[in-house]
Amino acid sequence: MIKKTFRGGVHIKDMKHLSSGSAIKEYKPQTDLVYLMNQHIGAPAVPCVKPGDRVLVGQTIAEPGGFVSAAVISSVSGTVKTVAAHICHNGDNALAITVANDNEYEAVEGFGVERDYTQMTAEEIIAAVKAAGIVGMGGAGFPTHVKLSVKPGIKIDYIICNGAECEPYITCDYRLMLEQADKAVLGMKIVLSIFKDATGIFGIESNKPEGIAKVKEACKDEPRLSVVPLKKKYPQGGERVMITALTKRRINSKMLPADAGCIVLNFSTAIAIAEAVAYNKPLTHRIVTVTGDAVNTPSNFDAPIGTNVAGLVEAAGGFKYEPEKIIFGGPMMGAAVYTLDVPVNKTTSCILLLKKDTAVPEPHECIRCGKCLTVCPEHLMPIKLKNTADANDYAEFEKLNGLECIGCGCCTYICPAKRRLSQSITAAKQFVLAEKKKAAAKK
Amino acid sequence: MKMLNVSISPHIRTSRTTTKVMLDVIIAMSPAMIFGYIYFGWYALLISVLSVSSCVLTEFVYEKIMKLPVTIGDLSAVVTGLVLAMCLYSTSPWWIPVVGGVFAILVVKMLFGGIGQNFMNPALTARCFLLLSFSRIMTAYPSLTDGVSAATPLSMAAAGQHVSYFEMFFGTHSGSIGETSTIAILIGFAYLLIRRVISPRIPLCVIGSTVAFVALFTVMKGETVTLNYLTVHAMGGGLLAGAVFMATDYTTSPVTKWGRVIYGIAVGLITAVIRCFGGSGEGISFAIITANLLTPIIEKLTYPKPLGTYGKKAETK
Repeated sequence: MIKKTFRGGVHIKDMKHLSSGSAIKEYKPQTDLVYLMNQHIGAPAVPCVKPGDRVLVGQTIAEPGGFVSAAVISSVSGTVKTVAAHICHNGDNALAITVANDNEYEAVEGFGVERDYTQMTAEEIIAAVKAAGIVGMGGAGFPTHVKLSVKPGIKIDYIICNGAECEPYITCDYRLMLEQADKAVLGMKIVLSIFKDATGIFGIESNKPEGIAKVKEACKDEPRLSVVPLKKKYPQGGERVMITALTKRRINSKMLPADAGCIVLNFSTAIAIAEAVAYNKPLTHRIVTVTGDAVNTPSNFDAPIGTNVAGLVEAAGGFKYEPEKIIFGGPMMGAAVYTLDVPVNKTTSCILLLKKDTAVPEPHECIRCGKCLTVCPEHLMPIKLKNTADANDYAEFEKLNGLECIGCGCCTYICPAKRRLSQSITAAKQFVLAEKKKAAAKK
Repeated sequence: MKMLNVSISPHIRTSRTTTKVMLDVIIAMSPAMIFGYIYFGWYALLISVLSVSSCVLTEFVYEKIMKLPVTIGDLSAVVTGLVLAMCLYSTSPWWIPVVGGVFAILVVKMLFGGIGQNFMNPALTARCFLLLSFSRIMTAYPSLTDGVSAATPLSMAAAGQHVSYFEMFFGTHSGSIGETSTIAILIGFAYLLIRRVISPRIPLCVIGSTVAFVALFTVMKGETVTLNYLTVHAMGGGLLAGAVFMATDYTTSPVTKWGRVIYGIAVGLITAVIRCFGGSGEGISFAIITANLLTPIIEKLTYPKPLGTYGKKAETK
């Protein structure tokens, strides 16, 4: 079998065996739930409840704050305690709604009622997705209704369902493939009903043969859907990399996938679309993998959004060892946190507890081995970009295509001198983008 | 709970370090070197030991005097010492590797900032320095184990003699300590490729283009090209060892894909020019250090194109 892939990337031990055998368990939070307003890319959501209000499961508690923004939905019933700043996983403080859970799970009217999506127009489907507050659940959190609202004149040829899950440790999409493959197929069918000429592709990394088999089984009667096994290589699940691997089309930082006729949806997102459109269940829960060598029983939880992470860790049997590092997301692109008092949000795929932090060695001088060039999936020259970034030479940084970096971290991973390449490049990239934004605002 | 570590992603690293990479290079060089010790005798081993220890000691003393962190643990000085010993004759007086080692590390490497900063291959620059400064000693062919001075295959071929393929393949002929045995060098090459320490681009381009240009220049000079003559150029001199262990030196060769091809061809071209038109029968050392100087410009010319800026884009627009 020829497995599609891309040039570059690194082979990392995937460590998925820790939690891949654990079936998804429902988790009922005992403490207050915290709903952050910045769970997505774009404008923060605007709260539409005030302290003292009673909210129900499925109720919209915050409206989108702009076009590129998403609603926030309550996952429990209870009373709003506060609308105030709360710490989130990236260390920032963000506006959040805290809800005291009354453990009754009283739902709003119509919650969970089946709908026939074939009778819905494209606008109605997109409106349902928007109302459900669905964002890209792979990590970036780009509002899904924006992805689906394609500008007139652009023809979409491919709807890609990203089941690569290339980050080590994470198994939430894999468990969904085993347990809810038909729902993902339904989600893809709903999206395909918007784009009449498009074909749907499930891109799944070949280290999940059971997952591939289940999804193949689920879409065997669907002529417009196919499953393509991909080579196991990080960052196979990166959006641009995925598009290149599956369609040979290429996009750069100035383009959206739609410019290449593609829409890329995460596996969990496809399921969320199915739930929202066909069952009228907005995005209130997501699968979170709690794993790592510092936790007793690595498991996959179906956790309400807003759940306190400390509770999830306890549900996974608590700490086996005192962790040195706690990561939100995978080890390659996740964010390290300094406290467990943070809520699960729409993009939290994994909570990784590591006994030992292996990212501590001090960097040495570059020996110019060129490994960073070989692994860069964007075909950049990280060694040169880091030099310009460290010299604050942002003009040269841009000229050398530094803005094309997708921040996958392969260069830092592979560097034998342990240099912090991607860190410097990401910092410079953020600086340049912020400057551009400022300049645009002045005009 | 103790304090948690917080840092920017990625949070994992490969287990490969600079030291391990250098160790791989040392392992890859060892078949060729061990063959040299067996064939040329214990004095060849002594030359290696002197060369390596003078390199390591120079780096250590320099860093101590300049109050810099000591970096001899990365083994790069050991590699420099071994490469220097590899391309010396086993009959060199004891002070030749010592002077060479000090020159390589002090002048070529440390004065330019240490590992990764030098713009010429330290060991080869030291060899060329020795060659120019002590020409008579450096060009005296080594006597073989029986004490009879013998010509190298290259000088034999230049005189129009036939050279035995068997001798060249196993290395039972006169030459530098680590450069004679083709099979031993190929074993090292295979090891470097399997361990992914180097890419095959540079060695293949160097060997291929040297042979091609030598053939071209010989024809231009109106002489006949025989297979034996070309084989001697590929296997009988220092070309193979130079292409595998010296032209691939990380610091002084380009890091870009096509840059490596251009650099390899440049090394081959200069080698062929020196061999066909120059006074020296060898030329690979001079060719490599000359091409080293071209590395920055080659890299600039072959800056890679990012993924999204070429190739097939949307069919509909």
